Amino acid sequence: MSVSPDALVEIAEEVQDQQPEDSGSGREIGNRRLRKEDQRLITGRTKWTDNIVLPGMVHLAMVRSPFAHARITGIDTSAAAEAPNVIGVYTAADFPEGLGVCANAWPITPDQVTPDHLPMVGERVACAGEIVAVVAARSAAEARDAAELVDVDYDELPAVLDGMEALKDEVLAHPDKGTNKSAFWKLDSAEAGTGGNVDEAVAAAREDGIVIEREYRQQRLVPAFMEPRSTVVDPTGEQVTMWTSTQVPHILRFLIAATTGMPESKVRVIAPDVGGGFGGKLQTTPEEFITLAVARRLGKPAKYTETRSESLLSAHHGRDQYQKLTLSATKDGTVTGLKVDLVANLGAYVAIVGGGVPVLGAWMFNAIYKFPAYQFNCQTVLTNTTWVDAYRGAGRPEATYAIERIMDELAAEVGVDPLEIRERNWIKHEEFPFTSVAGMVYDSGNYEAATARAKELFGYDELRAEQKARRESGDPVQLGIGVSTFTEMCGLAPSRVLGQLSYGAGGWESASIRMLPTGKVEVITGTSPHGQGHETAWSQIVADRLGVPFEDVEVLHGDTQVAYKGLDTYGSRSLVVGGEAVVRAADKVIEKAKAFAAHLLEANADDLEFSGGRYAVKGTDKGIGITEVALATFASHNYPEDLEPGIDADATYDPVNFSFPHGTHLCAMEVDTETGASRMRRYVCVDDIGHIINPLIVEGQIHGGLVQGIAQALWEEAVFDDNGTLVTGSFVDYTLPTAADTISFVTENTTSPSTTNTLGTKGVGEAGTIASTPAVVNAIVDALRDRGINDIQMPCTPHRVWSAIQGAGGAMATPAEGQPHFHEDAPTNADPGTTGEGSAQ
Amino acid sequence: MIPASFEYLAPTSLADALSALAEAGDEGKVLAGGQSLLPVLRMRLNAPEKVIDLGRIEELRGIREDGDHLVIGAMTTHADVAASDLVWEHAAVLADAAAEVADPQIRHRGTIGGALVHADPAGDLGAPVLALDAEFVIAGPGGERTVAAADFFVDLFETAVEDGELLTAIRIPKHTGWGGHYEKFVRVAHQWSIVAVAAAVRVEDGAIAEAKVGLTNMGSTPLRAAAVESALVGRSTGDLGDACSAAADGTNPPSDLNGDAEYRKHLATVLTKRAVLAAAGG
Ligand SMILES: Cc1cc2nc3c(=O)[nH]c(=O)nc-3n(C[C@H](O)[C@H](O)[C@H](O)COP(=O)(O)OP(=O)(O)OC[C@H]3O[C@@H](n4cnc5c(N)ncnc54)[C@H](O)[C@@H]3O)c2cc1C
Repeated sequence: MSVSPDALVEIAEEVQDQQPEDSGSGREIGNRRLRKEDQRLITGRTKWTDNIVLPGMVHLAMVRSPFAHARITGIDTSAAAEAPNVIGVYTAADFPEGLGVCANAWPITPDQVTPDHLPMVGERVACAGEIVAVVAARSAAEARDAAELVDVDYDELPAVLDGMEALKDEVLAHPDKGTNKSAFWKLDSAEAGTGGNVDEAVAAAREDGIVIEREYRQQRLVPAFMEPRSTVVDPTGEQVTMWTSTQVPHILRFLIAATTGMPESKVRVIAPDVGGGFGGKLQTTPEEFITLAVARRLGKPAKYTETRSESLLSAHHGRDQYQKLTLSATKDGTVTGLKVDLVANLGAYVAIVGGGVPVLGAWMFNAIYKFPAYQFNCQTVLTNTTWVDAYRGAGRPEATYAIERIMDELAAEVGVDPLEIRERNWIKHEEFPFTSVAGMVYDSGNYEAATARAKELFGYDELRAEQKARRESGDPVQLGIGVSTFTEMCGLAPSRVLGQLSYGAGGWESASIRMLPTGKVEVITGTSPHGQGHETAWSQIVADRLGVPFEDVEVLHGDTQVAYKGLDTYGSRSLVVGGEAVVRAADKVIEKAKAFAAHLLEANADDLEFSGGRYAVKGTDKGIGITEVALATFASHNYPEDLEPGIDADATYDPVNFSFPHGTHLCAMEVDTETGASRMRRYVCVDDIGHIINPLIVEGQIHGGLVQGIAQALWEEAVFDDNGTLVTGSFVDYTLPTAADTISFVTENTTSPSTTNTLGTKGVGEAGTIASTPAVVNAIVDALRDRGINDIQMPCTPHRVWSAIQGAGGAMATPAEGQPHFHEDAPTNADPGTTGEGSAQ
Repeated sequence: MIPASFEYLAPTSLADALSALAEAGDEGKVLAGGQSLLPVLRMRLNAPEKVIDLGRIEELRGIREDGDHLVIGAMTTHADVAASDLVWEHAAVLADAAAEVADPQIRHRGTIGGALVHADPAGDLGAPVLALDAEFVIAGPGGERTVAAADFFVDLFETAVEDGELLTAIRIPKHTGWGGHYEKFVRVAHQWSIVAVAAAVRVEDGAIAEAKVGLTNMGSTPLRAAAVESALVGRSTGDLGDACSAAADGTNPPSDLNGDAEYRKHLATVLTKRAVLAAAGG
């Protein structure tokens, strides 16, 4: 059977008809609405950038370096230029004035080593996939054909690929920089005044207590969004318009102006419907700058759409850290200190927030626990690999993984259940708001409640009994239970905090509400959804607030000419910051309209009550609807003399704090000891994300997040060979899971409303990804712990698990044999010369 | 990913296809389901000038009985093989393997002939047809010839089908009453086999009377686990003992991101036992 796109539209429409009939009833928040944007997103009948066709548009193909590090000794474009229907072939030399810069917006220290990241290079390539030439032709096929004819001569240079190797400074990623070390960033609780001295805590525990040292590897991942990146630029007319598959249209517009010299007012950026990002589309990319430059040079619209192979290699990568943790505790398992050393591989350039992503871990390694002393050291290094930046969770999954893994090690050492060791150390619900040892103020939470509910849903005791029985019977399939009790900080971000961290922008968000004369409402948001469902959620918020039907609310976004002010979507910020801005704009509309309502009703404004979309005069049956007021102000035949006609309103909201969702995730894995294969048996998570606007969207975010986190644990890894070629350059080798690889998850929520926004909401976009990775690996290790196994490096492939089983009995090597790791005479990564200070907020 | 441009031909008979192929010479490439060829073209690893589509040649498609043989046309899709009662009845292990190829979309496009001529050592159909002692019907300018499975697989991506020839059908001796099972080991569901084992067994009175075992991705071509086949004869289906322990003898599996050769050899023995037990039970 085949399903035509028309049939899909029909199906979507039918489903749409089955919506709950709650419109305008004031009960939109909390309603399980189907997402209004899904019909067009799922059928694809929408404005994806690649669907945009403009008159006279030329198509671009990029010529990319196959080498990780090489000097360019010559580029011959003549054959390509003569190929059929080629309009132009350009190299960096054709743009002596430059093409803009892929800027780093967050230098983590004042002396961070930040190599210039130019969209197109002419002298030296610093990683495979860097663009050395571009072809413009009448069709994409002809551009691709001609790109094959561009003849580039390279002199290969030695390349450094691994973060630990880079630290040695033997082979330099950028020889002119003299070092691969980009920046060193440190947070010490004793120095910051937020806690004690870690070295003392560790020394004391060595005397009388427990010290656990572990090294973990955060493998490199590819964000692998569904829609490949695409950019269309129309240079005709007064303004240059760029449609692009981005998460950050506003930031992109600003950085185009800031780095090309074009007046910002002459640039309009539109993110039309965008098919996923997961952080992977928050970059300002070489491809965007090049498309802009070629379109302007030719005076014609130009389009570039990447292939999946280009996307895997040249859209930014995620993770790639070496982590070393030293945890000290008393003999009963009360943690006395945690020291973290990180080496983070940034790739060839410091991407837009590339250096900052590992630093976000500084506030997360201490997680939900009350650690008296804490130190975080992060060394970032440059290598000849694809640049690394935010990937769903950005710094928090890495930190959560390591702390949740080592808490299990502590439990094993003390000989108690992993949930018990956590409870011994976690913040009690009556202790909120709680100032963490990293200096963050956690707004609210209830770890006890989430954990109790998760245990119940999971059948924790029954599964532990089954585990014991399988162990005793020597079953070849062993069972393991993995725990992850995570928290995260989301809602980027209080602008003042960002300022203290030298972040290049603020963290506020903007919203406008336009009350149209026909009673419809336009909500303009500065967030830029790319699959999250803002149109539905924002409509629910506004429908409730203004008392108008859900269907009458239209959400506009992603176009810098319409949503003229905004900071876009990443870091689980959109609802808690952008949604709050929408609330405030709605409240301003209500307040403004009140004066008009009073005038029209010939009543005193103080005697009016607003409810269900109506201003009523207290104690009478007189009243007027807010949409009637909107129409009246449009006509403006009769309005108070001291007011301007109009009730539209703008609001900009700068959060006072982050919000701190948390949750307890429990995972049961069956490990086939004969083959090393792991199979998920059960996954339960109880997340506390405060109040929920739309439970269906929340479940979708959790489900997708879980799969991405599980994928890091089991399947995904971006691998370069010794030459710096991406071995996992297609989905044949980069083993992205599909629905067939997952099970049905059990998800529930507890509710500790956030105190940092009036909706009481916390972010949920990244929660699943942050929590699930350690739950899965903890389960696999738990299944095998009685064999002397205490770690498996991610992804936990059957081969790795089987090898660990073969090697068990003897001492388990951690990290895995042959992997680079931290030196014995410790802080090798510490370079006290350049110390950025952690900020207590 | 855009292939280089080519001329597209869609003959409707085998004779026309052969002459088109002869005319194209070195510049021609045959298109079946396109599930291996198109990725190759799109990544520009190959750029033929003419692509000859076999999709409109009815005589190459379908499954029929021919005495004590089953005849499967080269252009029969994996999905049709997996859904065929005839194949389940007379060559169960092949149907089971076809159902394990990639994902539903690919199974509805990809063909048995294309898969066998493509001869990827990790492909799933080589081991079962080798185990079932199939014959390959090959048509060329000089007429038709039949090649035994043992002679068909020459090397990595290389078969007995010569330039200018087409595989038209696979003839499989009926294994009616045999149990069959294909045990495929992968990390994610839509993946090529890391290792897989095709087992067909005939059970008499609770003991194995005959066994045929083929291995996927244990060398540059599909392999028979001959030592296992003989060791299995006479074993009770309740206790195979160590009959499968020699499954990896004489194999030369690859090492890659999914596992090294040593691991694959280990897997082959574990999976062989599982495949045989499942075949004997069902
Ligand atoms: C993502 C993905 C995953 C896959 N996973 C698996 C898997 O798990 N297991 C598996 O077995 N396969 C897998 N395949 C391959 C799939 O089975 C293909 O169907 C098969 O390899 C090729 O068959 P085809 O009909 O598509 O042939 P095509 O791709 O059209 O052709 C393949 C080659 O055979 C030649 N050819 C085709 N038919 C004939 C003929 N009759 N005579 C002579 N030459 C011919 C062509 O010229 C070409 O060189 C996968 C493919 C993809 C894209």
